[in-house]
Order: sequence, then structure tokens, then C-alpha cells
Amino acid sequence: MNIRDAKYECMPREELEQLQLERLQATLNRAYKNVTFYRKMFHKSNVIPEDMQALSGLSKLPFTTKEDLRANYPYGMFAVPLREVVRVHSSSGTTEKPVVVGYTRNDIKVWTNLVARVMTAAGVTRDDMVQITFSYGLYTGAFGFHYGAEAIGASVIPTGTGNTEKQIMIMQDYKTTALVSTPTYAITLAERMEKLGINPKGLSLRVGLFGGEPLSEAMRSQIETRLGISATDNYGLSEIIGPGVAGECEYKCGMHIFEDAFIPEIVDPLSGKQLPAGSTGELVLTTLTKEAFPMIRYRTGDITSLLFTLCNCGRTIARMAKTMGRSDDMLIIKGVNVFPSQIGSVLTAVVGAEPQYEIVVDRKGAQDLLEVHIEAAEGIFFDEMKRQKAFLEMVEKKIRSVIGVGAAVKLVAPNTISRHEGTTGRVIDKREI
Amino acid sequence: MLKVKNINTYYGKLHALKNISLHVSAGEIVALIGANGAGKTTILNTISAVTPPINGEIHFGGALINNLSPDGVVRCGISQVPEGRQIFKPLSVDDNIELGAFLRFRAGEKRKEIAKDKETVYALFPQLQERRKQLAGTLSGGEQQMLAIGRALMAKPKLLLLDEPAMGLAPILVQEIFRVIEELRAQRGTSVLLVEQNAKVALKVADRGYVLETGKVILEETASELLANKEVQRAYLGKDKKEIWER
Repeated sequence: MNIRDAKYECMPREELEQLQLERLQATLNRAYKNVTFYRKMFHKSNVIPEDMQALSGLSKLPFTTKEDLRANYPYGMFAVPLREVVRVHSSSGTTEKPVVVGYTRNDIKVWTNLVARVMTAAGVTRDDMVQITFSYGLYTGAFGFHYGAEAIGASVIPTGTGNTEKQIMIMQDYKTTALVSTPTYAITLAERMEKLGINPKGLSLRVGLFGGEPLSEAMRSQIETRLGISATDNYGLSEIIGPGVAGECEYKCGMHIFEDAFIPEIVDPLSGKQLPAGSTGELVLTTLTKEAFPMIRYRTGDITSLLFTLCNCGRTIARMAKTMGRSDDMLIIKGVNVFPSQIGSVLTAVVGAEPQYEIVVDRKGAQDLLEVHIEAAEGIFFDEMKRQKAFLEMVEKKIRSVIGVGAAVKLVAPNTISRHEGTTGRVIDKREI
Repeated sequence: MLKVKNINTYYGKLHALKNISLHVSAGEIVALIGANGAGKTTILNTISAVTPPINGEIHFGGALINNLSPDGVVRCGISQVPEGRQIFKPLSVDDNIELGAFLRFRAGEKRKEIAKDKETVYALFPQLQERRKQLAGTLSGGEQQMLAIGRALMAKPKLLLLDEPAMGLAPILVQEIFRVIEELRAQRGTSVLLVEQNAKVALKVADRGYVLETGKVILEETASELLANKEVQRAYLGKDKKEIWER
């Protein structure tokens, strides 16, 4: 079993919930005492940390948003004196100010261990050579995996980004067994290898850990087939800790969230109301061990769902589904929250690979109209009219069952949909606000 | 094994414990550290039902024990070694130890069994063996501490609550006391909830610790993490001498 900390990862839920309650109360006490923003937040809500008597009470507290973090740039959210901060990282910030996060010595230890858990679950051991192709800089990805791999005892090859041919040469010569990269870059590597006439399966590559973007099932099978590796997904964000929030086990049926370190919640992106287990909504995370940068009910903006049932691997901690887009991508059609990526996954499941498609939303009178235009291609276009109609009807039925609203699925000629960057299909919302 | 949830204890109007939650698992040694007046002793007294909480829950071995009387708590398997030892000065060492089994006598347990346990205590503390008939009040501080622990052990506790065992003792005796604590856990699987102002020595023997500040838990970490935590060091372990002398 690839479990690093069975004591915590397989803890009986009653014990786990007591631990979470204790750590939550301690975190709230510390945040209240040391962070002005949180003290003000408590006062505004007329709540004091002592009122937190159960995990369910967490929903009484307001959220922390990215805007709050930006407004407290750079160190406003830090809960310890700067002299105790041994590391500073930041999230990407193009036009607006980035979010600056800090770590105490202990935070680094905890972070390292969490990433080590993710990597252990993915099958990385001390015998592995881990090539890290994330950017070594202010982002948390590279350092997170670097420290985590070292903690396991694996050998780290910190190549950083870029210079694909050199990366491939290193993979061959240094006998890399584990690849850490974005899903897109893994495909890029596979393509370049094929172009160079190098058989990826002839390399020592065994396992891949991907992050930085969601890993769709389509991409996962592509990567696994082309590179001949086992690809696992994992989740993290620098505002919470970096990589190490959640990771897939060998059963690849959801990413296990380390609940001894984070409390996950799913809320409705619009109303903010907490949703029951199994519902799809925005992931909200509360840190339980962070000293320098505790976060209380941070809105990640990522859409997913939570499963609290026991996994075959033996872990009792909750699993989160693949993130299916950002809450900002969300559409409201006939009063129902719809995520474009949901439609994307239905199409992928039906066709086998994600087709070129486009989502068009319009409004006639008082009715929202949803249309999905798919480009004709092999497996989608059939000569027989009857077969074609049946296919489209089947897709419509599947879409309706997943998103809860009806969509009209239409075929369009090849190359009529403009190619769109990113993993979700293009959305054209013709409705006027 | 011990699960404390959201307890609030008052001394009259003084809110001494504010929504405290903690736990001690079987075979664990957990330290409670914090400044004077933070509420550490109050937690032990609350668990022992000496100063019952006004709300919250205390579970032990799966059963709710908040509403038990202090002797009920002892019968459940929790024994407290109070701050300042509080041994019975006019009585002999031997009588003090026997009195620790008071409830067992009352319950009609066989004297032979209790006598056997007494010998086990003497085996643990040979210094007391030599002074069996001596009046407890004439023992040294270290010997009195050992006696207090020995007395508590006679109730056959599954969880030992230790209140400032190192207080007023010479370093070599402190080492001895903590060696015994570790031995108790190793040999008998006794869990320990340990209150200590000498946080360094407590964290060296403990598995985990809770840091208390004005009646609230502000930190829960493993003992090694707490020892490394600079803020804890500064507040409770004493200033780093290097800073002062070697600037």
C-alpha cells in the first residue's frame, strides 16, 4: 500500500473529526489574535472563536476571497512575525498584484510531508529519479515537489521549465523514472520524442505527477499511452499551501484531501450556501496547521464535488473529483448552475476524445436556450440519417442527465469552430444581461 | 481514549477555560504547556471533576464522564497527581501508597492484589522502598513527588494526569521522574496528560502538545514541532541565551 502516514490518512472518521475540531479551534484562536483581517471578520460577524463548538459551525463564518488577499498585499494576512517566516512564495499575478504567502519552518515541514504523501500515493519511492519541470521561482509547484520527493528519498533532477530537447536528453541519460510536469507539457514531450524518433516507452519513465492544470481523463489516457507511464492527478494552490492539498491513489477515483491539514467544503458559487456531500460546487478550504498563513474558508474558485466514503485503498479521508473549471466559467441556464466542462466530459465520454465543440446560449422571450455545436469528425458523423439522429439524441440525453437542463446538440461542418486555447470548449453567451 | 470537547470552566465569574478541545489516545504522552494562569491545572481539575465544566463533553473510553463525581472519575481509570504533590504528611510512605487504592479497598478487592501492586510501586521507586515507615512529610521534594505518583498508580489508572511534576526539583531528579513516566507508558501502556511549566523537558518526553494561552488552545502539534517552533520557544521555553550573551 502506498500510504505514507497511515495514522492520519486512514484515521477513523470520529477520531479525525475530533482532531479537526481541535486544530480548527486553535487556528481560529491564533488567527483572531494575530491577523487583523480575521479579527475584524470575527467582530463583523459577531462571532468569537470560542463559539466554534462543532465543525458544522464553520459555515457561520464568512469567506476569505482572493480579493481579500490582494487587498492585504503583501504581508497583511501573515499570522507570525516576519522573522519567523523562512520562505515566501507568491501566486502568478499578471496585471493585478500577486498574492504573497509565507511559511514558518514548521509549515515547510508539514508542506514537505503532505507533498510526500501525494507522491507516495502516486507510487514514487526512494528508488525513483524525479524530474521536476515546473518553474523554480516564486511559484510553489517546483519547490513543493522538490522537497516532497527529497523527503521520500528519491533523487531529484531539478530541470525547471523549457528546453524540451534537453529535458528529453536528461530523461534518457539520467534515467528519469518519475516526471513532474503540467499535462500539456507531458504531451509536448511525447510529441517531441516521437518527432525525434525516440520511443518514450524505451525510457525509464514509470510514473507521472501532473498539476498546474486539471488533468482530464482524455489527457490522462493520452499521456499514459504515449509515455507508457501511470499518470496521477493532484491538487493544490499556493494560497492554501501549494501542491500537497490532495492527490490520487492507485485506484485513481478521486483525489484524497488530507483532512488532518485542511477542512474542505462545497458551496454554491453564487449564494455561498454550503452544499451537502456529493453536490458539485465551489471548493472552500480552511487550513488546520498553517502557522504563517492560516486561511479560513478560502474560496478556491475551483468547481468540484466531495466523496466521503471509504476508498479501496483504505484511506478514510475525503476524495475530491477532478476540478471541472472555475466558478467564473459557470453559466446559469434556466436557473441551473452549468459548467462548460461538464458538457466537455460528456462529449469526451461519448466520443472517446474531446471533440471540437462550442456552447451557445441564447434567450428567446423568457426562455434560456442551450445549444452545443460539435464539429463533424470520425465517430461523430455518420452517413446514415437514422444513425446520425440516434447519436445526437443520445448525446442530448446524456447531457441532460449530467447538467439537469436540456441542450440541443447540432453538428457543424469541420473547421467552422474557431480553435480555442484551454481545455474547455468555447462558450458564446448571446443573452443580454 | 480521552476526548474533551468544547469545555468551559469558570471560577466564579472568571472564565478560566474557553471552549477547550483536546484528546489523548491510548498509550500517548501529551503535554499541556503555557504560561502561568493559562488554564493548564484547571483542565486537569476539570477532567477530574474537581472543578466541573459548565458545558462541553468529556469522553473517556467511549463513555461520557462530565457528570461523574471525582471518585467516579478515579473509578473510570483516571488518576491525578496534583500540583505540589499533596501527600499526606503525617502518614507513613507505606500508608500514603496504600491510600491510593482506597476505592479498590472499598470495592472489596482482595488485599493480596493490592499488596502486589504496592510492591510494583516500590520496584518503580526504590528510594521509597528504603523509607517505607518514614513519615511522608520528612521526605525530600523529589521523594515526595515519587510518592505522589506511586499513590496515584495504586488506583490502576489508564490515564495519569500529572500536574507540574518537575516543579521545585533538581534537574537530576526531574530526569528521574520523566524516566519513570516513559517507563510507565512502555511497560503498562499508561497514557499521560502532563502539565508542565518546564516546557522543554515536557516536550522531550511527550508525543504531542497543546499550547494554552489565557484559557484557549492556540496550537496543537507534535512535541518535536513545538520544540522547533520559535514562537513557543520564545514564550515558554525561555529566551535563547545565545541572543543575550553572544551578540
